[in-house]
Amino acid sequence: MLPPIFGVLFDGIAYGMLLFVLSVGLSVTLGLMNFVNLAHCAFAMLGGYVTVTLVNIFGWPFLATLPISFIAAAVTSVVLERLLYRRLYRASDLDQVLLTIGLAFISVSVAAYIFGTIQQPIATPAALRGSIDFFGIGLGKYRLFLIAVALLVTLAMVIGLEYTRFGAQVRASVDNQRMARGLGIDVDWTFASTFALGSGLAGLGGSLAIEIVGLDPNFSFTYLVYVLIVVSVGGLGSIAGSFAAAMLIGISDIAGKYYVPELGAFLIYLVMVVVLMWKPAGLFGKR
Amino acid sequence: MANPTPLTPQGYLLARTDWHPLEIMFWLATLLPFLVFPNYLSLASQIAITALFALSLDIILGYAGVVSLGHAAFFGIGAYSAGLFSKFVWGEPFSGLLVAATLAGLFGYATSFIISRFRHLPLIMITLGLGLLAHEVANSAHWLTGGSDGFQGARTDPVFGLFRFDLYGKTAYAYSLGVLFIVFLCARRLIHSPFGLALRGIRENFNRMPAIGADSRAHIRKAYTIAAVIAGICGALLTQTTNSASLESISFQRSADVLVMLVLGGAGRLYGGLIGAAIFMIARDQFSGIAPQFWYFWIGVLLVAVVMFLPNGILGGLSAIVARWRRK
Repeated sequence: MLPPIFGVLFDGIAYGMLLFVLSVGLSVTLGLMNFVNLAHCAFAMLGGYVTVTLVNIFGWPFLATLPISFIAAAVTSVVLERLLYRRLYRASDLDQVLLTIGLAFISVSVAAYIFGTIQQPIATPAALRGSIDFFGIGLGKYRLFLIAVALLVTLAMVIGLEYTRFGAQVRASVDNQRMARGLGIDVDWTFASTFALGSGLAGLGGSLAIEIVGLDPNFSFTYLVYVLIVVSVGGLGSIAGSFAAAMLIGISDIAGKYYVPELGAFLIYLVMVVVLMWKPAGLFGKR
Repeated sequence: MANPTPLTPQGYLLARTDWHPLEIMFWLATLLPFLVFPNYLSLASQIAITALFALSLDIILGYAGVVSLGHAAFFGIGAYSAGLFSKFVWGEPFSGLLVAATLAGLFGYATSFIISRFRHLPLIMITLGLGLLAHEVANSAHWLTGGSDGFQGARTDPVFGLFRFDLYGKTAYAYSLGVLFIVFLCARRLIHSPFGLALRGIRENFNRMPAIGADSRAHIRKAYTIAAVIAGICGALLTQTTNSASLESISFQRSADVLVMLVLGGAGRLYGGLIGAAIFMIARDQFSGIAPQFWYFWIGVLLVAVVMFLPNGILGGLSAIVARWRRK
């Protein structure tokens, strides 16, 4: 028999994995273009609503909606990138913050207009319901599935960034943008596609999150805070950093809520402020 | 304009302290609500308080270039400390303002040592984190602040022992407007002093200012503390004029709203925050009756439009038009 702390740890890891899928795209785009995108979770919310609509109205199976939510978020983000974001790559942080907060506000209102302000129900497949008994601890099947998906995403990202031509171009652009341009790498195109991939992952994360944390129009802002914490604690542009930070925040949030519920979200904000004061560029950040 | 004598630094600063006729008209116009809209004096009082809050953000954001997403922390500290002071000590309003300003200033001074070490994204994150921390503290300290139920038991004595806070908000508006005007005079003096000039230098080039003998971090610490003091006064004003304080006063929403107002009006021009706050509050009052939850859709559209087409806000756009018109 394992003590209950392992159950808390398991939930924390599953939650951390979810945060990782939600935030890794923002980390890469922030590291690449230094663009402060506060609308990142709006793309996640879009993914979530795509899944909800397909499952509840068109009767699709849950798993089949996941790729669609990825594509929907990716396509929307590229349209916005071409129309709005690209004009502000050289603008101040403040302008970027304002533009993207504006987009997040719009997303909240549009979601409230179309779907109402209630929490969206979702039916997951029977195979993902219930839990497996593991030495006396109930491991939720959905959480195991979530961990598997996140590990697959991590693996795909590491392979994609380390062993492909595209990955080499992305890394070159992150490390030294001007040099990369000088070598003939199309940094704008690299950024647009990375941005689409990152937002697509956010959309996937939004769909996966419904079962764990629910979905309502305020998702854009509620989880923005968590995502920003993960990104800034982990360090910009670092996948390993985002992964470590997501675990740290996920486990401390769940453990905090389990053992000292009166503190609320106090603990993770404290973790963030302390880490940033100690290392302003984040745990794995280079700059 | 012909300028026969070379401009000395003192002359430059002195020339900017002259009152423009438009400024005098602006302040005379703030008296109009007493005569024209006697039913909207409560709203006018809210506008005056919010305008002062936007002014305090303008000092750090518009002049020193420090982007803060957690400025409501000081507003909330002021709001709660004024409420607690009136509940447990006495209800005289001016001493309440002083206590709130001092507490907010102390907190601002303590955090300014953190703030001044960072720039760009880490700075935005730290201010956001500190603001959220303050919100969580106010939320969990239920025994002191009332938590999400709101703070109960604030009572404010008549101003100068003569003017009671009435239902129509006549005293509230006069009181808020008076405080706004006095603080505005101080801020105006500050901005047109060599210190204000140094802040603008920091905004333009953080690394170069120390090279000409102005320690950027020390200046940011001072400016941040001053902004915190003013924000504390705003919070106290809100508590005193409404006799209540809530978690809303310390929320991220308030930090984001004030940023929107300031940018809408035009950051770095003293009146930007005041005009932005007036437009924002009046628009919210008008639109909220029509579609309460879609109000933020228009705020979002407005933000995108301002960033894309009016980089210096409404006042910046107006002055660009005036400048073009003069050249012709």
